[in-house]
Amino acid sequence: MSNQALIPGWEVVIGLEVHAELATVTKMFSSALNQFGGKPNTNIDPVSLGLPGSLPVLNEKAVELAIRVGLALDCVIQRSVFARKNYFYPDMPKDFQISQYDLPINGEGSLELPDGRRIGIERAHLEEDTGKSTHVGGGGRIHEAGHSLIDYNRAGVPLIEIVSAPDMRGAEEARAYVSELRAILVAIGASDGKMEEGSMRVDCNVSVRRDGTTELGTRCEVKNINSLRSMGRAIEYEARRQVDLIESGERVEQQTRHWNEDDGRTHKLRSKEEAYDYRYFPEPDLVPVEPSDEWIAEIRAALPMLPRERRRRLADAAGVEPSATALTVERGMDDLAVDTIAAGADAARVLVHVENNLADGVGELTAASFAALVAMETGGDLTATQAKTVLADLAASGGDPAAHAADHGFEAMDTSELEALVDRLIAEHPEVWAGFVGGDDKERRKKAGFFVGQVMRATQGNADGRIVNELLARRATEQGA
Amino acid sequence: MSARAIATAVRAGERSARSVVEEHLAAIDSGEGEIHAFNLVLADEALVRADDLDRRIANGEDPGPLAGVPVALKDNLCTRGIDTTCGSRILEGWRPPYDATVVERLAAAGAVAIGKTNLDEFAMGSSTENSAFGPTRNPLDTSRVPGGSSGGSAAAVAAGFAPLALGSDTGGSIRQPAALCGTVGVKPTYGRVSRYGLVAFGSSLDQIGPFAATVEDAALLLEVIGGHDPLDSTSIPEASPDLLAVLGRGVEGLRIGIISELMGGPDRAASVEGIADDVRARVEQAAEALAAAGATVEHASVPSTIYGLSAYYLIAPAEASSNLARFDGVRFGLRVDADTAPEMNTATRTAGFGDEVKRRIMLGTYALSAGYYDAYYGKSQKVRTLIQRDFARAYESFDLLLSPTAPTTAFPLGDKTGDPMLMYLNDVCTIPSNLAGHPSMSVPFGSGDDGMPVGVQILAPALAEATMFRAAAVLEGSAP
Repeated sequence: MSNQALIPGWEVVIGLEVHAELATVTKMFSSALNQFGGKPNTNIDPVSLGLPGSLPVLNEKAVELAIRVGLALDCVIQRSVFARKNYFYPDMPKDFQISQYDLPINGEGSLELPDGRRIGIERAHLEEDTGKSTHVGGGGRIHEAGHSLIDYNRAGVPLIEIVSAPDMRGAEEARAYVSELRAILVAIGASDGKMEEGSMRVDCNVSVRRDGTTELGTRCEVKNINSLRSMGRAIEYEARRQVDLIESGERVEQQTRHWNEDDGRTHKLRSKEEAYDYRYFPEPDLVPVEPSDEWIAEIRAALPMLPRERRRRLADAAGVEPSATALTVERGMDDLAVDTIAAGADAARVLVHVENNLADGVGELTAASFAALVAMETGGDLTATQAKTVLADLAASGGDPAAHAADHGFEAMDTSELEALVDRLIAEHPEVWAGFVGGDDKERRKKAGFFVGQVMRATQGNADGRIVNELLARRATEQGA
Repeated sequence: MSARAIATAVRAGERSARSVVEEHLAAIDSGEGEIHAFNLVLADEALVRADDLDRRIANGEDPGPLAGVPVALKDNLCTRGIDTTCGSRILEGWRPPYDATVVERLAAAGAVAIGKTNLDEFAMGSSTENSAFGPTRNPLDTSRVPGGSSGGSAAAVAAGFAPLALGSDTGGSIRQPAALCGTVGVKPTYGRVSRYGLVAFGSSLDQIGPFAATVEDAALLLEVIGGHDPLDSTSIPEASPDLLAVLGRGVEGLRIGIISELMGGPDRAASVEGIADDVRARVEQAAEALAAAGATVEHASVPSTIYGLSAYYLIAPAEASSNLARFDGVRFGLRVDADTAPEMNTATRTAGFGDEVKRRIMLGTYALSAGYYDAYYGKSQKVRTLIQRDFARAYESFDLLLSPTAPTTAFPLGDKTGDPMLMYLNDVCTIPSNLAGHPSMSVPFGSGDDGMPVGVQILAPALAEATMFRAAAVLEGSAP
């Protein structure tokens, strides 16, 4: 991963708070449906509207999903207590949010990035979502709107808030963290992780410090980030803003800031002094959650394989570093890759095909046909280019790779034919050949590329590039080079 | 006629539910103008309901143990499609789309909801003078208060408007008005009765309970409304207590302690102040009656109860400040329009809440504020733990405890409205049970020097309602 300094002489320190909606059937504290995209105010009941006299009843499935998250992030699963976070907002029905404060269900843990780096997790707690306001008139801004409409379908949807340690050092790493977290949440069925639908939301805590210092700078929290791309932009903007402040002799004030996608800047929402006093206290309408060891063990046993485990499994099978398998796992093709390698296929070729030639999905491709194809390729029956074509056929319609190859008229070119062609090209391009024979490694690769290109052009790609290279090397040796 | 006698007659087809309801509506017609026990009398609905019950009985059905019995409901219990005001302008005209669990259970037992009773706004008060819809008067002397906050329910039973009523008790709001109106009033164990549909005041203290003219009727009503409810997470997973069956068992062999700290008097330094001599005399007389019936009666000490009032007036307002935040003009009840949402919230709450509610919201907000939490809310929780521990210790030596319910008999209207602290002292004897989560009840036992009723409070450990009711039955039978 590239962690090159964004601003020379400065280190950017990032901690993320990720809210993910849990994939339950019903809401956190009532039997109203947890469903995205319904007609406004249809998935509601007295509890989600906070009607007087209504009481919350905890959804056990939400607790189970939270525990799955905790287990996947190696968190300490602990006795937890719900607390009320008090503040007035029209889309929050009770004017307090039921959250967890000093006793979250998941304590410290960590998340392993594909490159092996670990990001600390401070906590992952349960809380309820708010409704959604739409401000009508005045360009959709609350202060200028003529009136506001509120949809309470989302109110009371269960959320898990995952708070990282300030362990990330750049926008790229933050993106990798969020991608990995999303992959984990999806893999364990805890959330659909859709940022575009708002079921996964990220707030960034950004601070800067001079290279070589260890003390944390004053941080700002950036909200309203709706995609991975805007997260990267927001972090970069915010870091530069803070560095500019310090370099011009000013101080960074602790603030909550709002990312504006249109102008590409963060804007002050409120300072630390203006921050809400949430007056947290234990939620008297709920009892503490004390998951038994048996239940936790049951949930752990049922946990599907995590992305990091998938990377390791494929890396072991392919004899490469786990980071080299990230893309394959991200695309969900690692099962196929592992099975194909297990069926005897050359691991390097399998990974190359999965990463480069299966962007549209595996389709009808099976491990057996994939392995047969790779065997044909490594056995010299198909060139790399031919193999790619046959692979596309297998993905599109399944079947036998040999049959597809025959349909295309792919046949391994006779080596003597190829030898004649190579000799002719050497004769036609003596100065290039001289460069090949007499050049250093770099020069030699360049000239070889020329000859391979010529061969491919002459054979419409039906030659095997590896064999051409071997022939060139043999001729050079024969000439005593 | 007692609720039990009514239900027996109605179930046997000896009396029609309609005649029962008509009789009580007639009593309301003649007395309600002066007393103002109700915010809403459900005359038409009650008659329709009575006719339905009569039809079912004619068809051989049994509507249940409260068949045809009129029950008055405190107006902070949600009733589907029927105004539920909490005695506040802010909820005027609001009709809940659902019934409280207790209301459902009453209906399932054949009861007839006869009206919504007046209360101190959001159950905050001890005289029912804090209602936005005017005070309720004590039926035994209309120049005096009925107590509060469930004053309307107490008055309704005392005036014969309904044989049964439901109230809610956060710091004494059932027991104190029961004492002042000469009725039986019960605060069950926290979690015994579902709070679903009770508009919350202090969630960790609130409990719904019965008012009745007799101990037996109170037992009957508690049996009907008690028992686990999955809609209330703090509901105890136990069946409703069996009370009627134990009422006649007496107190022979029970160990009963008089709580020294709640008796006052010149020779008790470590006691709360303000317990009137005539009230103390009646409690001592009640203790003698229990001893005469075979109980061992001694003085007991529950030292930290003297701090109960202070702790309560931090915990209850803290929870209330959060519970009452939802009355913001956005979704239900009153809305006073303004340019922005925060201004609308403020305007609505300023116009909709009365002074006492505002006072407690401010108290509670302060107690929970950053920098003050530990000193106020945190400390009061420690006192609460201390009180629970002291009770647990006392119950190692005693089965039940005894104290006055209220420091004095019913006082004149307007007497304490100018001094909130004086008003708060009304609950000094009742608050400890709420803080501990224990059951306790008030039983009428004679009268004070002014001829107004005195209530004796019986306290019991968690879930020991049955023992508590045995003592209550003995006191009822030996009351002067």
